[in-house]
Amino acid sequence: MSIRSLLFLVILLAVAASGQAAADGAGCPPLRGTGDLGMVIERDGGAVLVVEHSGRTILGRVDGLGDLSHAAAVFSRDGRHAYVFGRDGGLSKVDLLGLRLEKRIVQAGNSIGGALSSDGRLVAAQNYEPGGVKVFDAETLALVADLPADPGGPAPGVRSKVVGLADAPGNRFVYSLFDAGEIRVADLGDATHPVVSRFAGIGRQPYDGLITPDGRYYLAGLFGEDGLALLDLWHPEAGVRRILDGYGRGEQPLPVYKMPHLRGWALASGRAWLPAIGRHEVLVAEAAGWTEVARVPVLGQPVFVIARPDGRQLWVTFALPENDRIQVIDVPTGAVVRTIATGPAALHLEFTPRGDEVWVSVRDRNLVQIYDTASFALKAELPASSPSGIFFTARAGRIGF
Amino acid sequence: MGAACRIVGGFVALVWCVAAPGPGAALAPGTPDRLETLLLHDCGACHGGSLKGGLGRPLLPAALTGRTEETLATIILDGIPGTPMPPWRALLTPADAAWLARRLLKGSTP
Repeated sequence: MSIRSLLFLVILLAVAASGQAAADGAGCPPLRGTGDLGMVIERDGGAVLVVEHSGRTILGRVDGLGDLSHAAAVFSRDGRHAYVFGRDGGLSKVDLLGLRLEKRIVQAGNSIGGALSSDGRLVAAQNYEPGGVKVFDAETLALVADLPADPGGPAPGVRSKVVGLADAPGNRFVYSLFDAGEIRVADLGDATHPVVSRFAGIGRQPYDGLITPDGRYYLAGLFGEDGLALLDLWHPEAGVRRILDGYGRGEQPLPVYKMPHLRGWALASGRAWLPAIGRHEVLVAEAAGWTEVARVPVLGQPVFVIARPDGRQLWVTFALPENDRIQVIDVPTGAVVRTIATGPAALHLEFTPRGDEVWVSVRDRNLVQIYDTASFALKAELPASSPSGIFFTARAGRIGF
Repeated sequence: MGAACRIVGGFVALVWCVAAPGPGAALAPGTPDRLETLLLHDCGACHGGSLKGGLGRPLLPAALTGRTEETLATIILDGIPGTPMPPWRALLTPADAAWLARRLLKGSTP
C-alpha cells in the first residue's frame, strides 16, 4: 500500500467516525417511547412544556398556541401528538417527540376543551362561541362535521354554550348544553352523516360532564340545581334521570369562585367521589345505584377530586380563597389524611400512570411540584410560567380522557 | 342572560351606596398587581384570560358600554343571583371592586 493510499484510508476512517458522532449527537436524537411523556400548559405565554415523568424533566417548550387561559388537551393513540384546545378557539396539534407545533387552526371564537373518538381518527372541540361541537380529522385537522348547539324549533339561531364533552365507545361524543339544559349524543359511526340524539329538560345550567371509565354512564353536574343528571348510554331509551337530588338540602350555597371540574373525577372502591358545588364537601355516591352514601368535609370548595390510579387515595384541589392548599382523602376511611400547603393557586394535578407520584401546578409560584404519594414528600420542583393543566400521555388509553 | 341583566338593574339601586370606596379604603401598595392577577386568572376562569368571554360574558370595554363604574362594582361585590356570577364581597373590599370596575371600563390597568 502506498503512502498516498494509506493517507486516503486514514482520511476516510476519520470522516466515517465524525459522521457516526454526528448521528449520535443532536442531528439524530436517540429513539424514545412516548409512554412517559406529558405536557404542562403555560397559560400566560400561550405555550406548553413537554415533560417526561420517568426522570422528571422538561424536554422543551412549544409556543404559538394562542390564548391558553382555559386550555385542555387530549392525546393521539400513539401518544405522540397532543391536541390542545385554547380559549380563543384554537386547536393545536403538538408533536411531543419533535417538540414542535405541527398544525394550528382557529375553529371557533371561544372554545373550552375537546375529546378524541374511540377509533382515534376524529378530534372534537366543544365551543362556547358559536355554541356547538366541531369534529375534525385527527390527522389533518380538516373539518368533518359541524354540530351546532341550537335548540331547533322557533329559535334555531340561539345557540347554547357546550360543556362536558366526552368520548363514548362507538365513535360517539356526549356533551351538555349550558344554556338549554340538554344532553346530546352525537354518533359519528359514519363521520360524514352524524346522528345527534337530544335529551332535553335535564336540569338547569349543566356546567360540566363526565363519562365513567367503562364508557357507560354520562353525568352532567348542574349549577342551577342541587343534583346531577345521569344518562345510561347502554339504555338511552330510558332517558336521563336525576341523581344526588337536593344534596344541598335547601341550605344556602356558598359563593362559587371557580366551577368544579368533573373530568378527571374519581371512581374508587365502587364509589363515585364528586365535588359538591357551593359547599366544602366531597359527595360520595355508591356507583351501582348512584345514591348518596357519605360526604367528606374538606377545607374549601373542591374543584378537582381525582383518584390515584389504584383508587386508594383522592387528591383534592380547591377554589379561592383556599386554593393555596390541597388535601388527600384516604378512601377506606373516607377521611382527610393530609393537607399540603402548595403555595398560591394550586390549579391542577396529574398522577403518573400507576400513581407513585403526582404533579401539581402551582400557578402563582410559577412551579410544578412533584410529590411522592406514599410519603407525601416533595420530590422535585420544575419551573413553569403560570402553569395550569398537566396532561400525561397515559390518558391516550382511557375512555373519557 | 337577558334575565340576568334585569336582575342586575334591580340590584344596582339596592346597593348603590356600597360601591363607593369609603375613607381609608385606599389600595395598599402592590394591590393593583394582586387585583390584575385576580382579574386575569380568577375572573378569567369564567370570562376568559383575555376577558373576551367564556361561560361568563365578555368584559372588554366594547361589551360594557352603558355600564357605570358603580354598576360594575356592585355586580362584583354582590354577584348576579341565578347565574354563576358569585358575590366577591367576602374576598374584595369596595375599593377593590371600584378599582376592578375602572380597570374593566378602561380596558387596561388604570
